Formats: sequence, C-alpha cells, structure tokens
Amino acid sequence: MFFLTRICLFLSVVVLATGLAMSPGASAASFEDAVARLSEKSFSVKEQAIADITVSGDERALSVLTALNDGTLYFRRDDKRIVFTVKQGREFVLTDMLSGEALGTVRRRAVRKVSINNRLRAALKGAIGSLRLFADDPGTRLTAARAMLSNPTADALPILQRALEREEAEDVRSMLGLALSALKTEIGSEAERIEAVQALSGSMNPDVWQVLGRLAAGEDAVAAEARSALEIVESRKRLFSLLETLFFGISLGAVLLLAAVGLAITFGVMGVINMAHGEMLMIGAYTTFVVQQLMPNAIEYSLFVAIPAAFIVTGLIGIAMERGIIRVLYGRPLETLLATFGISLILQQAVRTIFSPLNQPVITPDWMSGFYEVNGALSLTYNRMCIIVFCLVVFAVLVMILRMTPLGLQMRAVTQNRAMASSMGINTGWVDAMTFGLGSGIAGIGGVALSQLTNVGPNLGQAYIIDSFMVVVFGGVGNLWGTLVGAMTLGVVNKFLEPFTGAVVAKILVLVFIILFIQRRPRGLFALKGRAAEA
Amino acid sequence: MVSVTTSRRPIVVALVSDTTGQIVVAAIALVAILVPLLNQLPPDSALHVPTYAVSLFGKYLCYALLALSVDLIWGYCGILSLGHGAFFALGGYVMGMHLMRQIGDRGVYGHPVLPDFMVFLNWSELPWYWYGFDSFAFTLVMIVLVPGLLAFAFGWLAFRSRVTGVYLSIITQAMTYALMLAFFRNDMGFGGNNGLTDFKDILGLDLRSGAVRNGLFVASAVALAAGFVLCRVITRSRLGKVLIAVRDSESRARFLGYRVEAYKLFVFVLSAALAGIAGALYVPQVGIINPGEFAPINSIEIVIWVAVGGRGYLYGAIFGAVAVNLAKSYLTVAFPEIWLFFLGGLFVATTLFLPRGVMGLLPERQRSESAPAVPPPLQPAAVRAGGGDD
Repeated sequence: MFFLTRICLFLSVVVLATGLAMSPGASAASFEDAVARLSEKSFSVKEQAIADITVSGDERALSVLTALNDGTLYFRRDDKRIVFTVKQGREFVLTDMLSGEALGTVRRRAVRKVSINNRLRAALKGAIGSLRLFADDPGTRLTAARAMLSNPTADALPILQRALEREEAEDVRSMLGLALSALKTEIGSEAERIEAVQALSGSMNPDVWQVLGRLAAGEDAVAAEARSALEIVESRKRLFSLLETLFFGISLGAVLLLAAVGLAITFGVMGVINMAHGEMLMIGAYTTFVVQQLMPNAIEYSLFVAIPAAFIVTGLIGIAMERGIIRVLYGRPLETLLATFGISLILQQAVRTIFSPLNQPVITPDWMSGFYEVNGALSLTYNRMCIIVFCLVVFAVLVMILRMTPLGLQMRAVTQNRAMASSMGINTGWVDAMTFGLGSGIAGIGGVALSQLTNVGPNLGQAYIIDSFMVVVFGGVGNLWGTLVGAMTLGVVNKFLEPFTGAVVAKILVLVFIILFIQRRPRGLFALKGRAAEA
Repeated sequence: MVSVTTSRRPIVVALVSDTTGQIVVAAIALVAILVPLLNQLPPDSALHVPTYAVSLFGKYLCYALLALSVDLIWGYCGILSLGHGAFFALGGYVMGMHLMRQIGDRGVYGHPVLPDFMVFLNWSELPWYWYGFDSFAFTLVMIVLVPGLLAFAFGWLAFRSRVTGVYLSIITQAMTYALMLAFFRNDMGFGGNNGLTDFKDILGLDLRSGAVRNGLFVASAVALAAGFVLCRVITRSRLGKVLIAVRDSESRARFLGYRVEAYKLFVFVLSAALAGIAGALYVPQVGIINPGEFAPINSIEIVIWVAVGGRGYLYGAIFGAVAVNLAKSYLTVAFPEIWLFFLGGLFVATTLFLPRGVMGLLPERQRSESAPAVPPPLQPAAVRAGGGDD
C-alpha cells in the first residue's frame, strides 16, 4: 500500500514537474476541465484530475487542492458544479470554486462531498507541498521548503530543482538548497552523496542535523563524511552556546547596571551609601504593577506609562529622604548607612502592609515575549533584548545629563571637590537633593525593567542591593563608565561560571573575587584621581 | 604588639580602680544568680521564672556578648562590620557540629556515625572537616579558631590595603552574604537549608533539662562578664588609646608611627572570636543553627543594638542588645506587622536624635570616667570634601 502511494506521489510530482517546465499558463480551460472532473466517482479519474490541476499552473490550484484535502470541497447534485462550502448548522453556504461567485445557502442534501481515499490524500499532500513552493507569499514558500527539508523524499528532487531555479528570495533559496542537498545525500553515486553531505556541513539547521545524524549511523564513506560534518556542527554549536552565554551575561549586566547606576551617582556625589536603594527598585516595580492595574485594557502601553511614573515616584521619595534624613547626617557616612537601612525596612513593611507579603503579578506585554531565532543553536528572547537596549538608552541619557546639563556640571564639580564647588557658588544642598532624586528615579526605572524579569514582591530590593554594591565597589565611584564596565564584567563572569559551578557557587565566587579585588584596588577599577580621592 | 612605655598599670590595679566596670560586672553577676534561683521557685509563685524564659534570657546574654564584640571594633576602632553575624553563626555551627556528633545513633535514621541529614542525602561517610568534633575540648578550640581565622584572613587582606569606611562595611556584608549562600547548599555538608538541629545532649547531660538550661544561662552570663572585663581592660589600656586614635584619625595615627593595620587586625580578630563564643553559647539554648543566621539583615541588627545602647561604652552595647531584643520578643508576638516599622524607625531615630545612644543621655560625670565616646561630628565642609571615609 505504502509502496503504491509512493509510486502515485512520484507520478504526480513528475507530471507536475514536467507541467511546470512547460509554460505556466497551460490554459485556464484545462484547469477548469480538471476541476470539473473531480465530481466523478472513480478515484483514478480524480487522481488524474489532481495531477492535471497541479500542473495547470493556475493560481486557483492551491485553494482547490487545499479545500479538497480539508474536506470542504463539495459539488452540487443537480449541475455537478464544484463548490467551496462553509457549514452553518444544518445548511451549507456555497461559493463557486472557479468564479468565486456566492451561490447562497442550501440544505445538506443538495450537495455531495468530493470524497477522497488514502491514496488521493498522499497525492494531495505531495501536490499541495509542491504548489506551496511556488506560492506568491515568500513565507509560505519558506514553510514549504522547510517541510521538504524535514521530510525529504527522493521523488521531490525535480520539483525542488525547478523551484530553486525560479526562487529569488535569499532565505527561501538557501532553505531549498539545504533541502536539495538533503535529498541528494540519499541518491546517486557515492561521490555525489559525499558532495551533498559536504554541502550540508556546518549548517545550523536542526533538520539538517537530523539528516546528518541518520546518515552518520551507517558504516560507509558517506557516513564518515556525515560524522565529520556533524563535528563541524558541534563546534559551531559550542561557539553559539558561548554567544548565548555572552548574551545572558550582558543581559544580567544590564540589569545590574540599571540597579547600580543610581547608587553609583549618589555614592559618588555624596559619599554616602543609600541602603534603601534596593527598595527604590522594588517601588519602581510596584509602580509598574499599579499602572497595569489602572490601565488593564492597554497593557501593551503600560510600560511606557510606568517608566516616567516610576521615575517620578521614586525620585520624589529619594528627594524626601535626602531632605529629611540624609542631609542631617552629612559627614557621618556610617550613620547614613544605618539610617537609610532603617528606611528600607520601613518601606518594605509598608509595601507588605499596603499590598501583601505575596508576589504581585506583573504582565509582560506581548511585544516583549517570544524570541528571535538566529539559528537552531541560538535564540534570543525579546525581553532580554529589550532590557539590554533599555539599559543602554538609560545609560546614554544619564551620561548626557552629566555631560551637558548645568546640573550634571554641578554634580561633577561636587563629586570632585565639594568645598571648592561650594565656594564657587554652587548650591551643594540643591545638587545633593537633585542627585538623590535622580539616582533614586533611575533605580525606579530599573525596577520597571526588573518587574519584567523577576517576581515583584517586598523582597525584590534585597535580592539586588548586594549585587549593586558589588558593582559600585568594583567599578569605582564618581565614574559612570566604571559602573558600566563593572556591571557588564560581573554579569558576564557570573554567567560564564554558572555552567561549570552552578548558579550559587558562581555567585559566591564572584563575591569572593570582589572581596579579593578590592584589596588590590580599594577604590575600584575607575577610581577618581587627585586630592579629592584621598580621604 | 603594643609598645607600652609609660603609665603601665598592672591589670589588677586597673580593674580595682574601675568602678563603672565593677558595677556592670556586679549587675551581670546578679542576673546570673537571680534568674536560676527564681527558676527554682514553685511554678505558682509570682516571682517564678519559667525554664523557657531562662533560655530566652540566656539568648539575650549571647546577643549582648555579640553586641559587645561589635562595639569593641565600631565604638573604639571605627570599623563598622556589617558581617559580624557571620562570626556568630560560625561559632554556632561549630557548637552545632559538636552537638550533632553527640546525638550518635539516636537520630531518626539511627545511623551509628552519620547525622540524619547526611543519611538523607545518601552520604556514605563523614566528611573530613567533621572529624574531631566529638571531642568537647577540640570544639572549644574551634569555636574561637574558626571565626578568628576567617577574621584574620579577611582583616589582613582588608586592613593591609587600607579598605576603610563604607567600603569595608560593604565587603563585610558581601562576606556574610557569600557564606549564607554557601551554607544554604546541601553539598557543603552542614545540613543546607535546615541547618543543624534536633540536638540531644551536651557533655552527656540532657539539653532539655532545667539544670542544663540554667547551666547554659550561667555560662552565658560568665562569658559576657569575662568578655566585658577583657574589652574593658583592652580599651582602658594604652592599646585602647591607640585604637581610639585610629578611630578618630586613622591617617594621623599612621603618621605618628603606629602600625594601624596591626592594631585593627588584632581587635578585629578578638572581636570575631568573642562573636564566635556568643554563637556557640546561643545554639544549645535555641536548639538550632541554620544559614539564616548569616543573613545580612542579622548583622545589621547587631549594629543597631550597639547604636541604640550607645557605642564606645561597652555596657551601652549590652544594654542595647537586651533592650532591643526584649522589644523584639514582645512586638513580634503582639504586633508582628509593627516590628519592622519599629526597627526601621529605631534606626532612623537613633542616628538622627541619639547619635550617642541611650548611654549618651547619662550625666556627664559617668561618661568622662569611661573611654572617650564618639567624637562630635567634624566640620561638615572638611568631611564632605573627604568623601566616603568616617
């Protein structure tokens, strides 16, 4: 039986290939004639009709065959007209298959289904697959080519060659090429087969790996060639997994940067550690949650509202903290550390009381979910890409603020020498408040980003605060580039260690590394030089 | 280490002349005698102290010793450690290992050698680092040695390269955080998430008996008193004067020819050992030690005990530890929602309004007698220019 269907398929494809080789518009009349023959009872007549439809080159061919395959192709009992039907309760809505003209609604008994058997189904499958290779939509052609690759049948060789000749889209061409080579590995002389395997060598398509894997199981020269091809694939896979780790590392680094950069600014300008910085991240994330609750019908845009909202909320909290508490404690950094820690406890408990101790569901917009598949070994998730881009944008804006605005100029002056800046007429109190507001606001924005990656709960800040400290200590204060390098290094190192040691040990190793590193460079990688840096 | 040329007084003389110190020791002794005695009263007596309360008070005394160790380095040497909970927990783990070994074959699985959690994890033999802990003497040595060595290695690296101020605070926090992550792992061989628990007896005596509980309480009081006297002697000696000089102006002390890092290292290691002893006494009284003790917030809480009591007094730390923990025991039961608000408010209020803690409120005479307290805030401009250093 199977053998028979193969033969039929082969026949139909050969006919198809020759048909297509002829001029494509082989006349609409023959197409319409073939369609009409579908109402015949004999399956062999119908099979011939399918083959004729396939080779006709008519643009309606694909829809006819698809409808036939789906079982929605009927013919009217009275005039044997072939119709496309949509079932509505006990009645059928008819459309003329050839003219597209609506033929109204009829009772069930008025029409009869164009029946098919397994042999016809096989023929249809091959015919539809081949027709799709010539569809107008490149996406359809690509899908058809991929289907050919994943399920190579020697009979499809001529049609593939024909398709390849006509194809103009680059990605479809390469897919067709792969499918063709995959076919050729099974047929022809040994030299030809080896040549085909070589053509497949190094491809990053998982279907090709399967083809090669099947070949490699053998004993002959082709199998040996397939094994060496697979080795090349493996080494490429290793390269791509390295790239993937790098991607993960950079995205972790981006998160760390968003979390730490505000801390670096406040630490640099004021020399105080804000232990409540982690809670600013948390509040930013909760702001996202609240914004999404307020606009449940526009989740897609919620993040664009949440970003400025989080900046304003956390920025104001930061300014309030600076004016209320930190200002009073100037000159006593250790006390500031303790007081801000107290604030962090209060903020955490406040969130627990207002919302709940449980995690809150923050929705990821559709445009951020999913992934971009580079090839079979590497796919990049959109949310991580968004975070990386977002982080770089925030960083760039921050650099611009520091470089180009009066506030930035004053902030840098105060960082370098507070007393001198003050005597030059800079209102250091105002600069401090603005710095604190800016640093906290950036943390709030970081919180919006974090809400897309992790659970939003009262402990969110705690999870990131120590890492943020590490970034600042590692990168050095008063220099944004130090923070960038520090965050990216720690992120990438962490992710590269993880496969070897596991996540927890990787983190411990990074912490130990920083503890040791700070012995060598007590002021971080990019320390401020000059008199101001000497404490 | 300390070159003392003038005003060397024999320790005995120093102790006899120290009235404040004597009052504190007498107060601790009074508590150590009174609480076990009241525990012996019949349960219906109004003054009866139940056995669980004896252990609770014993826990406070351990916290007081821990606070004392933090005050020694923070109040007198300006080293703000946000990782002292790690030394406390390490001492606790050492004691916990000894107590685990004492269980013998009475565990749930009844294995003759391995503790329950190792049987559970399908370990076949005792890891090498568990050897020796069946000996009590060895355990006592390790209680001091393990935290001491860690503090020595850490302090040697940090002080030698002059890591000071908030940088030091942050890397001590990173240290305890790293240890916490490490101890949470099952592979470490310290019981992972659950830690060490289900202790049966100590020195052959049942841990749950009233007598052992009272004994542990007295031992904690004795340790606290001894720790206090030790710190008192050190801070009132010439060494203590140098420490205060380092606290107030590290560079100046260095320029005067003192090897600042050696002084700091000495006092840091001593402090870690005291914290380890406190942890070792704590574990048998609460009956469990788990990686949660390494959590950074615990270490920060210790600092707030000292800040509330007043740093640079020693007895201030003892007072602060007991007072804050009494409040914690009460609030976490009565108003669990309020506790973190209270603790956070305590941080803010203490630093804003009580920079010298509760002891700073005492009349001047008594303060002048003890070590000079925290210096008044420097001129803002001078310090602001300095950036991150205390």
